[in-house]
Amino acid sequence: MTSAPSANPPTASTARPVVLAVGVIALVAAGAVSLAVGARAVPVGELWQALADFDPRDGDHLVVRDIRLPRMVLGIAVGAALAVGGALIQTLSRNPLAEPGILGVTHGAGFALTVGAALGLAGSAISQLGLGVVGSVLATALVYAVGRHSTLRLLLAGVAFSAVLMGVSLGIRLTSPDALDQYRFWSVGSLAGREQTDLTVPLVAIGLALAGALVIARSLNAVALGDTVAHTLGADVARVRTVTLLLITVLAGAATAVAGPILFVGLIVPHLLRRLTAGSVPWLVGLSALVGPILMLVADTIARVLLHTGEVPVAIVTAFLGGPMLIWVVRRYGAGSL
Amino acid sequence: MTDTQQPDTQNPGTQKPGTQKPGTQNPGTQNPDTYDVRETPVSGRTSTVRVPVGDRAWFVQRRTITLVLGCAAAMLGLGFVGLSYGTSWATPGEVFGALTGLEPSVVIAEWRAPRVVAGILFGAALGVAGAIFQNLTRNPMGSPDIIGLDAGAYTGALLVMTVFAGASMTVAFGSVVGGLVTAALVYSLSRSNGLSGMRLVVIGIAVNAMITALNNWLVLRAELEVAMAAVGWNSGSLNGIDWDDLILPFAVLSVLLTVAALRSQTLHQSALGDAIAVSTGVPLERQRMLMVLVGVGCTATVTAVAGPVAFIALAAPQIGRRLAKAPGIPLLPAALTGAVLLQLADLIAQMLLAPVSLPVGVVTTAIGGGYLIWLLAQEVRRR
Repeated sequence: MTSAPSANPPTASTARPVVLAVGVIALVAAGAVSLAVGARAVPVGELWQALADFDPRDGDHLVVRDIRLPRMVLGIAVGAALAVGGALIQTLSRNPLAEPGILGVTHGAGFALTVGAALGLAGSAISQLGLGVVGSVLATALVYAVGRHSTLRLLLAGVAFSAVLMGVSLGIRLTSPDALDQYRFWSVGSLAGREQTDLTVPLVAIGLALAGALVIARSLNAVALGDTVAHTLGADVARVRTVTLLLITVLAGAATAVAGPILFVGLIVPHLLRRLTAGSVPWLVGLSALVGPILMLVADTIARVLLHTGEVPVAIVTAFLGGPMLIWVVRRYGAGSL
Repeated sequence: MTDTQQPDTQNPGTQKPGTQKPGTQNPGTQNPDTYDVRETPVSGRTSTVRVPVGDRAWFVQRRTITLVLGCAAAMLGLGFVGLSYGTSWATPGEVFGALTGLEPSVVIAEWRAPRVVAGILFGAALGVAGAIFQNLTRNPMGSPDIIGLDAGAYTGALLVMTVFAGASMTVAFGSVVGGLVTAALVYSLSRSNGLSGMRLVVIGIAVNAMITALNNWLVLRAELEVAMAAVGWNSGSLNGIDWDDLILPFAVLSVLLTVAALRSQTLHQSALGDAIAVSTGVPLERQRMLMVLVGVGCTATVTAVAGPVAFIALAAPQIGRRLAKAPGIPLLPAALTGAVLLQLADLIAQMLLAPVSLPVGVVTTAIGGGYLIWLLAQEVRRR
């Protein structure tokens, strides 16, 4: 932050409730659009009926209830998980470039999936989900064990460890066409078809972790000022850090296991909100949990209608939405503002 | 490369009393506080060695000399193993015979030797490219593979493979074009009244992520055979390189590496910060443009021949500076470490699943990453 928000906090704090209200409205609108738009267009009136007065013989109602509604819920959960995970890791590491993938979550999940596919274990969606969660948790635990003493080292360890996993799983994939075939479909994050599996466990995990993130956010406010200051203010830095990392792993691990790697939501959403929230971590976390789903739902809707030949994976849409946004933020406010 | 050396005529403060030229300074009036701490003799040993060059002298860190000698020995040893290793091991006598031409051997001189030379040269080039970008951006994440050059090269190659069904020469061409276009894109997006290192990294990451998403999609849409070939190319390989493949890269890389060596002093000056760099006489914009060109040139040349060999550019400078105990990110240790790393990786790639030769990129990521983790763990233990 270079000038305005820190020098002029009242503007930021009066803007926050407005943004909150606008965000809620935008989320509802994005949700409605994501229910209505797709290969089969559903009129808005019909949409309301499908939700309020469900008729199992009506095709439109079936599409909305059984396909689009679970997919919308999944999109909201994944978007919120990635954005809040990103907000937490950026605050914790004081590094604007950090995103959950950097802790080894993505490559850990990908590695576990490759090994599982090579051993013939990754046949069903549930086993893929399990492999993804196990892989991301193990990878993050190892990265944390090596890098826990300083944030720079944590980032370096994450990059290094991701590379090791990437190299080994690349070797496996090159010798096993089956593994490559499964991995290449997982490796492009998408919500399509992923709503058909039983999502209770990941959704509950994401919900609990989001609540935990809102609770820990107040303590993170102190930690964000630096370890020494945080100690002086009476914060238990080590415990806050451990709990936060645990939350990040659950959030990003569950989201990645369900939807595959989706970049940029975790990076760009906290960036967009950082100037607005003016250093208040609870606001940053709360607004991230709101704006992440909006971005995700918009991207998923675009992914459905972009090409006539079929769906584009949502990760490609988020990359091409988030990339230019990030470039714009950097060019507009300078890298120092991140 | 002169990066860890200091001419002793420039800064009297870093001089040892013993090497002081008579008449330049009066020992009685010199304030001992101005001595550099590193130069203070501890238990009879100093950390630097004085190398007289004409009427001037260079101070070379002892550690640097050890590193250069160690890396040279490692390169020779690995090179020798590389020449001997194959489906049938060659005896040392055969290797020497083939090298001196007394006992001609096509396998050693035409098949294995180019591979060994390519390993050294490409490794050094990648190490230098990484060191340049990490210096410019003042961020260990600022290496070419992070800011999208590798991904751009892959896009070029992928388009050639999937859309035009091109052969290996066209794939090489496509990859160079892809890498250069990406570099130009990242560079021009990062420029607005001056180039900021941090901005370059962030924009590079943004561009990299977009291109990677595109690449994944292209792989997803391709036939499984084409996808296998594309993923294989993307992991980088020294398989089947011969002398003809190396002439052009050798010429290009020697020019680029010479330029890098000549400009290394100013590179370190600019790593101190823009203000200090300008006030100590570095033409900052021109310097950056030149160094970006050198770094991109090194990466693109290697990628065209071998595919994107991941992680050397990121890991070699970091490993090198820890081995050299250097305060910045010097070029020489990065080049040496890169060369040893790539050579070692290539040997392992050949041996691991013999007779199948794995792409070297698989191993570079694994070893480079593993070693970096080990170094980090060591640092933790020492605390």
